[in-house]
Amino acid sequence: MKILVCISCVPDTTSKINFKDNNTVFDEQGVQFVINPNDEFGLTRAIWFKEKIGASVDVLHVGEASADPTLRKALAIGADKAIRIDTPATDAFVVADQISNYIQANPYDLIIAGRESIDYNGSMVPGMIAAKCDLAFVNTCVKLEIDGSTASATREMDGGMEVLRVELPLIIGSQKGLVEETDLRIPNMRGIMQARQKPLAVVPATESSSKTAISSFEKPAPKAAVKLVPADDIDQLIDLLQNEAKVL
Amino acid sequence: MSILLFAESQQGKLKKGSAELCSYGFALAQQQNTSLTIVTVNCENADQIAQYGVSKLINLNLNVDYFEAHAYASALAEIAMAEQAKIIVISSSADAKYMGGVLAGKLQAGYVTNVVELPSTSEPLTLKHAVFSNKAFANTALEGKVNIIGLANNVHEETTQSTSTDVQQQDIHTDIKCTQSSIEQSQGKATIADADVVVSGGRGLKGPENWSLIEDLADALGAATACSKPVSDMGWRPHSEHVGQTGKPVATNLYIAVGISGAIQHLAGVNASKVKVVINSDPEAPFFKAADYGIVGDAFEVLPKLTEKLKART
Repeated sequence: MKILVCISCVPDTTSKINFKDNNTVFDEQGVQFVINPNDEFGLTRAIWFKEKIGASVDVLHVGEASADPTLRKALAIGADKAIRIDTPATDAFVVADQISNYIQANPYDLIIAGRESIDYNGSMVPGMIAAKCDLAFVNTCVKLEIDGSTASATREMDGGMEVLRVELPLIIGSQKGLVEETDLRIPNMRGIMQARQKPLAVVPATESSSKTAISSFEKPAPKAAVKLVPADDIDQLIDLLQNEAKVL
Repeated sequence: MSILLFAESQQGKLKKGSAELCSYGFALAQQQNTSLTIVTVNCENADQIAQYGVSKLINLNLNVDYFEAHAYASALAEIAMAEQAKIIVISSSADAKYMGGVLAGKLQAGYVTNVVELPSTSEPLTLKHAVFSNKAFANTALEGKVNIIGLANNVHEETTQSTSTDVQQQDIHTDIKCTQSSIEQSQGKATIADADVVVSGGRGLKGPENWSLIEDLADALGAATACSKPVSDMGWRPHSEHVGQTGKPVATNLYIAVGISGAIQHLAGVNASKVKVVINSDPEAPFFKAADYGIVGDAFEVLPKLTEKLKART
């Protein structure tokens, strides 16, 4: 089985978010970039398949050379090969286009992409790839079993779960649940050494143009200070929620 | 040029979020000076949306009785082309986000999700939307020939109009790629996605055996229950209840956090809620800085009292 995991590099979850150039550009200064958590859950499941049922695992990133250390980390925790499509990831449409073109030239049985990146929160790349490559698609996938050419995938819905049966090739939008937090791997020295020998192919981009353009960023308005209510005066809290906040 | 809006239904009935979505669609159509066509799929009470203001109402009778993203996206793409829609409005539900990317891919459309306002400009269509897990907003111009707006939850006021429209029925048949083998859905219980109130517990509850405190309060409020990441990681509660940056986002009217310290990742996931109440025994808990109301106190004493008083109120 050939698995492709699409990797986005995002600011670490603890990052302070700031903008520069008159609030038009995300300020990367002092920001640590990591594998998008939703992608990492998918990658970890892919490595599990590799070890348990046999599979090759490639990771793919659309973007510039600054992402190479993140791709090396993916190799260090068990991916076999990294591919970077060398073009700025201007928007989701471009990313999906590039990945789709790559997949059409290099078919995979299973494609995994995080259900959402934690930077721009678009939640659209896996679906766009599914449409462009006409692939079966299961989003917000929390469980995936594969038996031969058939997959059983569990999708988390609002207020429920659904189990879907699909024929490969398949693309899933991965998230927590696919593996547990404790299953995530930290690269060890051996993995890091091996990663240096593994291929990281830089391939030129195909032609595509973006459909969206960010003109500016804003930060949320600062919050008023919390109103503290004494622990023995629950009536006051209920009164505030009812008459001031009007949410009861 | 017209606006097409997809109002979701579940088991044949309109979803609760449809009212907000359709109200937004009506306001958008007014602002853009164009007509609004609302599409439902396999919906039995579509006529009830007419009250939110609509020029045309189409119910598609689709050959699949569960939410299949390809099938829904194909059907909507077909209608969007037939109606020459330039803007498509969808929600931020799990289903809508499942389908949205597929629809955008099929239509080669521009698409933004988590939109919080009406467009600030029409040429180009510029939308403000939440990014960086609610730590910021971006203003994004949509440059497709067709563009999709994914409206965030709980950002637009519901308004009704005195219009009435007949529901046009249309049969539609599309390919299906995923076969549903089973479904488990909470019946008659508020979900994190559509509840007006969410009550959430953290490590301060000390163990899963104490969760009845959270559930009782939620029952008194008709609320959904949620939890912090450590709680789901330790297996006290299912992952589906984990709210935060890598869990579910929450955008309710009232979010009550009990025994949750308020890590930056948790705050990111709940920031979009309108009013936040924090109950925590530690006065230094960072969540107090992000809260509207707070009680510094022992959850084991505060929660039963709060639940009792809320029950007495109704």
